[in-house]
Amino acid sequence: MIDHIPLSWYLILSAILFGLGVAGFIYRKSIITVFMSIELMLNAVNLSFVTFSYENKNIDGHIYAFFVMVVAAAEAAVGLAIILTIFKNRGTLQIDEVDSMKL
Amino acid sequence: MDSILFIIAAIAAVGCGLNLVLQKHPISSALSLIGVMSSLALLYLLLGAEFIAMAQMIVYGGAVMVLFIFVIMLLNAGTEKRSDKSLFAQIAGFPLLAVLVVLLSFLIRQTFPSATSEVRFGYWVGGTAEAIGMRLFTRFLLPFEVISVLILIAILGAVVLARKEID
Repeated sequence: MIDHIPLSWYLILSAILFGLGVAGFIYRKSIITVFMSIELMLNAVNLSFVTFSYENKNIDGHIYAFFVMVVAAAEAAVGLAIILTIFKNRGTLQIDEVDSMKL
Repeated sequence: MDSILFIIAAIAAVGCGLNLVLQKHPISSALSLIGVMSSLALLYLLLGAEFIAMAQMIVYGGAVMVLFIFVIMLLNAGTEKRSDKSLFAQIAGFPLLAVLVVLLSFLIRQTFPSATSEVRFGYWVGGTAEAIGMRLFTRFLLPFEVISVLILIAILGAVVLARKEID
């Protein structure tokens, strides 16, 4: 059994989670799930910030992670309000059917 | 001991993330996302970031996910329909993603070799609420104030977007 975890494992975990977020963003067809994939990507980046903060023994990374959380919360509020409006006007949550800006 | 905790949290995070992408119903995806966020909070604790771990649980696991589940239940979102249009994406999507992640991992291993940098639990405990508060209200005071304006705009925007038209 390994005693201590190498720093790179945390960063690799962050990369895997970010990749899963990108996959969900492209693969899923429900607007809400696409939005949740964006949150997953933001979380992965936060893990990178905190890991680098540990490596440099500097607290600035924690502050950046905190700001990312605040912006994500604001974004969730506005984004879910937009989803509510789309559902009210069109009656669908499928991302393919919201295509009025397509040429 | 901390390596066991890391492995448990990492497996939980990756498993819940996979579940988020593969499930068909939005509510299953939302519950998986809560799992990812809880395991990330455990990882933050292992990295000595107490305040961020608690903020993660309260802000993300609490507020944001309750908002998501609230909207899913409000709209009665059902199972999504898959549009099987792109054959290329179906065949090559996940292999290409795996290649990307492997390349990134290789780069990370090259940049941070295991011998020089490793994580010990309790070796650095700088992430207390006191230290973050000191830094937030001295060096990062201007971004802090600006972000409060951003939140005000977001509240107003959400209210304006989601209101009912009154004649």
